[in-house]
Amino acid sequence: MGNLSVIFKRELASYFATPLAYIFIVIFLITNGIFTFELGGFYLRGQADLLPFFSFHPWLYLFMVPAIAMTLWADERKTGTIELLLTLPVRLKDAVLGKFLAAWALMGIALALTFPIWITVNYLGDPDNGVIFAAYLGSWFMAGGFLAIGSCMSAATKNSVIAFILTVSLCFVFVIMGSPILLEAFPAWVPQVVVDAFAAMGFLTHYDSIAKGVLDLRDMLFFAVFIGAWLVASAIVIEIKKAN
Amino acid sequence: MIEITHLSKKFEQFTAVDDLSFKVAEGEVLGFLGPNGAGKSTTMKIITGFLAPTSGSVTVDGHNLATDALAAKALMGYLPEGAPSYGDMTTLDFLRFVGEVRGYRGDELVKRVGRVLSEVELTKVAMQKIETLSKGFKRRVGLAQAIMHDPKVLILDEPTDGLDPNQKQHVRELIKNLARDKIVIISTHILEEVSAVCTRAVIITQGRLVADGTPAELEASSKYHQAVSLRLAQPTDVSVHLDSLADVAGIEIDAEDVLNMRILARPGKSIYGQVATLAQEQNWPVAEMTVARGQLEDVFKQVTAGGVRRG
Repeated sequence: MGNLSVIFKRELASYFATPLAYIFIVIFLITNGIFTFELGGFYLRGQADLLPFFSFHPWLYLFMVPAIAMTLWADERKTGTIELLLTLPVRLKDAVLGKFLAAWALMGIALALTFPIWITVNYLGDPDNGVIFAAYLGSWFMAGGFLAIGSCMSAATKNSVIAFILTVSLCFVFVIMGSPILLEAFPAWVPQVVVDAFAAMGFLTHYDSIAKGVLDLRDMLFFAVFIGAWLVASAIVIEIKKAN
Repeated sequence: MIEITHLSKKFEQFTAVDDLSFKVAEGEVLGFLGPNGAGKSTTMKIITGFLAPTSGSVTVDGHNLATDALAAKALMGYLPEGAPSYGDMTTLDFLRFVGEVRGYRGDELVKRVGRVLSEVELTKVAMQKIETLSKGFKRRVGLAQAIMHDPKVLILDEPTDGLDPNQKQHVRELIKNLARDKIVIISTHILEEVSAVCTRAVIITQGRLVADGTPAELEASSKYHQAVSLRLAQPTDVSVHLDSLADVAGIEIDAEDVLNMRILARPGKSIYGQVATLAQEQNWPVAEMTVARGQLEDVFKQVTAGGVRRG
């Protein structure tokens, strides 16, 4: 437990030691603003909720999260610090989890800094703050899902650009998996069970209901299990790939 | 005590470490020699628990790396090849981080970091980001993190590579001072370093152990050990008479200057006296005659070239 927090602290501090964290947060806030007010028609809708804000998050994360995740392990391998880190008395799972949690915390900070939008909606109307809180939580968990994929992809290569492209592609697949267009494309002979299973893996399937304020424990559980599985995969990939 | 037993490491196409066994006891400074690609770094990565061996085992003070890695890692300090460190951290932050991972907190952490900073002379650059430091300083940062917890076992992969002569001298002295009652393993291809700091040297090539002994013993195993260098004033045929001496193994005449030659002794024999007597009896026009000590370099060439043929 001790070393998990030591690694978490170091990783989080390293985001803020360079302009990376600040640029990330600023870009995140600006794009969020554009999406919500310009594309989402926040004012035009005349409703006191944050649906336009949250519904763009999957597409925003699609590019922003892989940018954070791509260096997680690729850089450690490129600079050789992975050898330093893993020959210290550190458990691999503490290293994987510590790095993930630090990046996830950065996402959380960026997300929390969107609070003016929440103040705005409260100033203009009388929204259901429980719904908004649930949506924030769901959004953060979804970001964690993207990040966990990125952790694994980053572990698979020394080249962070490759890690970025792989992560974006894979995340895109998981985002659209549950979309109606893709599900209708299945030929009739495919059993319904398979189609349902496919849809159940899609991020949108779970996120849409959370964003609308239906905080179902099963949706949160999906993301939690999803994150766990990809982190285990990260550890396995690191074990396999660290030699070269 | 480090025990390495039948250690092998195979990568897809080639065998990096091939059935390597040796032990290192407290107080020994082991020079780990071999040509580039001989498996030195791979062996060190296995000893430090970074890589898992294909077969065989490593134990450090009774802790097996395969089953008890954390305890073994806690006993070891390791400077990986190229001294990697987190460039975006300051020297101080980086050493604090390593200290915390090693379990130090509060006053103890401050004390350890402060001591190691002055020991490796890093105080001046404590607040500087590591990526802005010179190669020599980066190497010292790597050394500092390796010795901070006063480890029983210190493993240094090419600790003086890329340093200037003064820095090399400094690092060697540091290692010598640290070495008492510790196990130190240093990989290097600078042979003078082995004579300077090591109490024992092993040479590996193609992942196999080909020589093991004190630097003096290894030097003695050179074919040039106890050889007599002879320089004549004018051409004379000396080989006929030399062949009659039982302890002479052979004569190497300089291809560019026939007046220069080396008379090789049979292993363990000293021939200087016999050659001198012979020269007097035969009235050779001797200009210069000296006895040579074996050079580690010669041994290195001898044994590593042999290994290539075997592989």
